[in-house]
Amino acid sequence: MKTCLIVDDSKVIRKVARHILETLEFQVEEAGDGREALDRCEAKMPDVVLLDWNMPVMSGMEFLKLLRQRGHSDQPKVVFCTTENDMAHIRAALEAGADEYVMKPFDRETLHIKLQLVGVA
Amino acid sequence: MQVSDSSSRILAGLLEARTGQQLTMSRRWRIETALAALLRERGIPTLDELITILVMGREPSLATQVVEALLNNETYFFRDRTPFDLLAKAALPKLARRREGSKRLRIWSAGCSTGQEAYSLAMLFAEDPVRWAGWTIDILGTDVSESAVRRARDGIYSQFEVQRGLGVTQMIRWFEESDDGWRAIEPLRRMVRFQVQNLLEPPPHPGQFDIVLCRNVLLYLNIERRSQIFERIGSAMAPDGWLMLGAGETVIGQTKRFEADAESRGLYRPVNLGEAAQIALGA
Repeated sequence: MKTCLIVDDSKVIRKVARHILETLEFQVEEAGDGREALDRCEAKMPDVVLLDWNMPVMSGMEFLKLLRQRGHSDQPKVVFCTTENDMAHIRAALEAGADEYVMKPFDRETLHIKLQLVGVA
Repeated sequence: MQVSDSSSRILAGLLEARTGQQLTMSRRWRIETALAALLRERGIPTLDELITILVMGREPSLATQVVEALLNNETYFFRDRTPFDLLAKAALPKLARRREGSKRLRIWSAGCSTGQEAYSLAMLFAEDPVRWAGWTIDILGTDVSESAVRRARDGIYSQFEVQRGLGVTQMIRWFEESDDGWRAIEPLRRMVRFQVQNLLEPPPHPGQFDIVLCRNVLLYLNIERRSQIFERIGSAMAPDGWLMLGAGETVIGQTKRFEADAESRGLYRPVNLGEAAQIALGA
């Protein structure tokens, strides 16, 4: 079973995403900000991270840059999942090492295809 | 808003008469949702009032709007993926060899809804520019819904729609931000054309299509209508072309106009009925 770490400061979004991911047979972990997400990755690297952009303590972008700098061999796929929906943000995310990008709102089909495209579903 | 059986029957009859599509019991729950916006927009207080106006024939344009609202326009880019892989790996390499002389391919997306399938096809070619340099690729999308065809021509999709089925790098390569959403860029729009067309009517010009995609359309029609449409599609195809249907759709038991391609599961070849009849007669 593949593992997914949902990183979002919204409990509602985490709940919705968890529900979708569990129907796609993922084992789900959650973090409320980038700092907590880094700690979780240090403990156990997931297969994929579903990452919000704007969060307290540490943003999704800061988390992604730190994660990619660490150069672990078991780097997870990172799918941004955010309300930042303009070309500039998308390009910045890809340059920082994101593998895919989901703009909120999204549905199960959209997320499923994105996870297939990065090779984890 | 309550949808009575008699109202459902009237609406189902209207939809079937205009498009051939059936509003099966399992789809009738959609009526309420599908018509709510139209009722609001036209200031019609109840569904009964709407039915009365339709039956009295007071506003012919209203019937068209009701039909458009009842149609299922669900689609997304590269829907189901597998058919596009099959095209890229099996059908297109063969066609590229066969059409080397004319360097022209004609593709028909029949029942294209808001155009995502046609644009997906365009991307398939545009992403292999060396292979298709010097070729004329004519991609035609048709749909019975005028509003869907209008949207397809505009090539503008909401944030929700544009990311359904597309990877992010594909999305930012082929779409640009616009005031109304994300618009297919001009080189992609130039590769496709759209027209309103009812599949029960004669097929679009120029005919001789090399590939026809008619996916997730025929499941809404009864078997007689399906058979008619297979005949129409077959008559508009090149003899060595291919038909593609939706996941779960088949020609088996539906028509003799097409047969499964033994080499490529999911592709169907038109059958020359004259020849088939001769074989059957032992000629």
